[in-house]
Amino acid sequence: MAVKRQPNDAPAKAAFWRRPVFRSAVFQVLLVLGVVYVGNALLNNTLYNLEQRGISTGFDFMSNAAGFGIVQTLIDYQETDTFGRTFLVGLLNTILVSVLGIFFATIIGFIMGVARLSKNWLIAKLAMVYIETFRNIPLLLQILFWYFIVLNKLPLPRQSMDLGGVIFLNKRGLSLPSPVFEPGFWVVGAAILLAVVLVFLIVRWAHIRQEQTGHQFHTVYASLAMLIGLPLLVFFAAGSPVSWEIPALKGFNFKGGFVVIPELAALLLALSIYTAAFIAEAVRSGILAVSHGQTEAAYALGLRPGITLRLVIIPQALRVIIPQLTSQYLNLTKNSSLATAVGYPDLVSVFAGTTLNQTGQAIEVIAMTMAVYLSISLSISLFMNWYNRKKQLVER
Amino acid sequence: MINKNGTLPDLPPPSTNIGVIGWLRNNLFPSPLNTLLTFFAIYIIYLVIVPTVDWAFLNSNWVGESRDACTGGGACWVFISARFDLFMYGFYPESEYWRINLAFAILVLLLVLLNIRQVPQRGWLAAFTLICYPVITFYLFSGGVFGLDPVDTSKWGGLSLTLILSGVGIVASLPLGVILALGRNSQMPIVKAASIVFIEFWRGVPLITVLFMSSVMLPLFLPEGTSFDKLLRAMIGIVLFESAYMAEVVRGGLAAIPRGQYEAAKALGLNYWKSMALIILPQALKLVIPGIVNTFIALFKDTTLVLIIGLFDLLTTIEAGFKDSHWLGYALEGYVFAALVYWIFCFSMSRYSQHLERKLSTGHAR
Amino acid sequence: MKKIFAFTSAVALLTSISATAFAGATLEAVKKKGFIQCGVNTGVPGFAGTDDKGTWRGIDVDVCRAAAAAVFGDASKVQYTPLTAKERFTALQSGEIDILSRNTTWTLTRDTSLGLNFAGVNYYDGQGFMVKKSLGVNSAKELDGASFCIQAGTTTELNLTDYFRSNNMAYTPITFDTSPETAAAFDAGRCDALTSDQSQLYALRIQLKDPEGAVVLPEIISKEPLGPVVRQGDDEWFNIVRWSLYAMVNAEELGVTSENVDQMAASSKDPNILRLLGQEGIKGKGMGLEDNWAVNIIKQVGNYGEIFERNVGQGSPLKIARGINQLWNKGGIQYAPPIR
Repeated sequence: MAVKRQPNDAPAKAAFWRRPVFRSAVFQVLLVLGVVYVGNALLNNTLYNLEQRGISTGFDFMSNAAGFGIVQTLIDYQETDTFGRTFLVGLLNTILVSVLGIFFATIIGFIMGVARLSKNWLIAKLAMVYIETFRNIPLLLQILFWYFIVLNKLPLPRQSMDLGGVIFLNKRGLSLPSPVFEPGFWVVGAAILLAVVLVFLIVRWAHIRQEQTGHQFHTVYASLAMLIGLPLLVFFAAGSPVSWEIPALKGFNFKGGFVVIPELAALLLALSIYTAAFIAEAVRSGILAVSHGQTEAAYALGLRPGITLRLVIIPQALRVIIPQLTSQYLNLTKNSSLATAVGYPDLVSVFAGTTLNQTGQAIEVIAMTMAVYLSISLSISLFMNWYNRKKQLVER
Repeated sequence: MINKNGTLPDLPPPSTNIGVIGWLRNNLFPSPLNTLLTFFAIYIIYLVIVPTVDWAFLNSNWVGESRDACTGGGACWVFISARFDLFMYGFYPESEYWRINLAFAILVLLLVLLNIRQVPQRGWLAAFTLICYPVITFYLFSGGVFGLDPVDTSKWGGLSLTLILSGVGIVASLPLGVILALGRNSQMPIVKAASIVFIEFWRGVPLITVLFMSSVMLPLFLPEGTSFDKLLRAMIGIVLFESAYMAEVVRGGLAAIPRGQYEAAKALGLNYWKSMALIILPQALKLVIPGIVNTFIALFKDTTLVLIIGLFDLLTTIEAGFKDSHWLGYALEGYVFAALVYWIFCFSMSRYSQHLERKLSTGHAR
Repeated sequence: MKKIFAFTSAVALLTSISATAFAGATLEAVKKKGFIQCGVNTGVPGFAGTDDKGTWRGIDVDVCRAAAAAVFGDASKVQYTPLTAKERFTALQSGEIDILSRNTTWTLTRDTSLGLNFAGVNYYDGQGFMVKKSLGVNSAKELDGASFCIQAGTTTELNLTDYFRSNNMAYTPITFDTSPETAAAFDAGRCDALTSDQSQLYALRIQLKDPEGAVVLPEIISKEPLGPVVRQGDDEWFNIVRWSLYAMVNAEELGVTSENVDQMAASSKDPNILRLLGQEGIKGKGMGLEDNWAVNIIKQVGNYGEIFERNVGQGSPLKIARGINQLWNKGGIQYAPPIR
């Protein structure tokens, strides 16, 4: 570019179409136009196709009667309820399996991750075999496998295995007694609440005291005593205001009580075992990431091994573990959609499956389903980011 | 026996600290708790191994044609051998199996060549593998040229379909992922926002809803009269989904490139695309090869989800196999075989990726 | 780039791959590509399924083969797309398949609000129940409180609810995506009863580990006329599919079989037979087909009785009785308009 140098010695100006600002503006305008054009074309096609094929649109179907039954519902549901209600039922079932899955996967994962680093050769190898086996087999296959095992190895309802005549296990699921709360039960609830508040206060007091005097106070035992003892005491004082509904074989199946259906069991088993293998690896890498010098330094300061683990190793390891843990939790939640393969009534199975079929309104149904997973994913990752930032701030 | 400097020679360590006994003491029975754990572990192993060996080997049947050969009471591997072709090739015509075999033979050859250091022009070879090879494979599989009989995609199936789905998924999502990753790192706010929305959208939804969408909704989005087959629809879903994950992998690689490299490229007067293509991406992509392999493993496992939209991949073919009335009741054999196949692929790839990580990490440690 | 790239390249790729215009031109498109794309079930013995060699067989499959015989004179010119209950209508609407022959129940909603047309009925069915003998149940009325395995997204699911509500009984539904899964769960004892179209019950029964241990209950709780479906708005194609089916029913009524068809065409004196076999009358002209279209169907696929017996009747492991699928003049309701 042969541009004459300006007298005030300003840098040479390129022709305007060569300037980065102009280029990026043009580029972005083009991008917006392109997105709008493609979006518009897709929308038009869709509307045209829907009209042409006589497929109805809109969310009116949500208030129509569903007309089909669902095997597991956390809220009250009748066949005469609306499709909107089926959405809610499916959503709650998804949340149930995700929460339980995260709970079990975390426990198994931490145990296996620590076992993987055990000084005991056999335990370490066993953990390794576990991790390498379950990590490398597709989850869907594992779900189908567990479901097959559950269905084929358990007895029929009439030959149920029973545990003390109150818990029954058979092909139709695990029947547990369910509590029936009587009117006076609120006192116990209040006691639990009170205990939580007390524990909180004790912990704060102990913390402040340690800051000021250096004396330690074992909050763990006191808290446990408070949390378990107080409600128990009130429970008996109020005359045990709970009765148990015990499942009983009536007709074909067990009636009453709370039933864990085999679909849920198989799904939960597969999800937690599979995800735990990944969590175990995260835990292992987290612990390995804390250099040995930290342990030695802690010992040199005279900290006992338990305290070293609690105050030195774990907080540092968590920083490495938590981001990986987040993505595993997200994966587990998304993977819970595989429920449809074994007929567990989660959101995808009930709503994007049966409801989609009965109404034929694919676009609305799939869009709603995707929106649910998106919001679950985004909120978990927002929460974890917040937590992560909090942990990271501890660093200088 | 006194050493030159006047000290006694070192005594050998006590026999309990060396050799087999020492090893056992150190690794299995260092403390009472550990001893307990060891016995617990041995018990677990006993519980798992004995029935498994019994079932899979001692009481199993290996030869035969039909279920009549299953007499052992344990596993009946006859089911697998009788239907082996179906599991590998799906409904592909038997006389054309050589085409699939050839395609995979070429792939193996290319991969071996790519991993031998002495081979000249490995860059071009890699480009050939990524660009030309998929085209060759496509024509080998679908036929219709050079006098090859056309084979409809509905006949593709079994392990070869699994490999195709994951192969196409990874190869096609790589360029898309690179573009998205560059977009996410871009200075231009709209480009950046668009990339973030695109990536987070696909990463936030389960693959199964994506497959539902591509199998049920995609036809509604396109102009009337446009139709394409189920396999292609599934592939589009998989590629879009996978490109978001790929973008994040590539972004990790871009972040690992020191700023100096960007600045040096600018100082040389290279524009954005040239600096990316010649300086940044070659380094970043090399760094993320293990990440790409890991993504591939995840995708390879995820392809089983096409079972839900009724494509006959390895798992679906096996399921269909033991639900056939001739082989009813051999589900366990089917699942175990499927698990074994997937495990071999995934495990060896993950080992490969770890090996690469070790190899590539030298000289790049920050 | 990024997004534009993703979308435009995807769209461009797609549109270039295979564009089949369908409004009113299915026959032309089918002739051009050289085969009929037929949507079938993923696997119900007797209706649609593959044998060990991967060849598709079944009464639904034969409907598509008949149409191919009519169009091409070659019943093998069919390609099959196995579909789940979920996908079937979209696949037809989008033009992915030309005929949907997948034990689909003809209902008002489906016929009028999905942009589809039912071309006839190849099997009159009704929903029934199957239970294990060991349960000791003889009637569906005794199933209060039982659990049921059902295939998701079918009319079956809704019928079941209706039946139990009107009889004031309780039930637990356990739903699965495909019918083999449903059968496997029933076999394993996950549920007390399996409910589905009766024909399917018989088909699924032979897939159980112990077929003798299960019984099909006598109650039929719904009407399920099953038949091939085509897209609305292409009457020419609709006629071909409909009359391919009718040709088979008429052939049975007139005693024309795959064995005697050539001889009948040459020597029969019955004008009805001569018209069916294209020796007299309008022949295939009205549908844009060859004169011997029906001969091809009967010779290569068979008459209705033959395909029934071969796939689901006495010639098959299912051994389903003709029942209401018997011809109208033999006590059933299979009835085809005359060819003249």
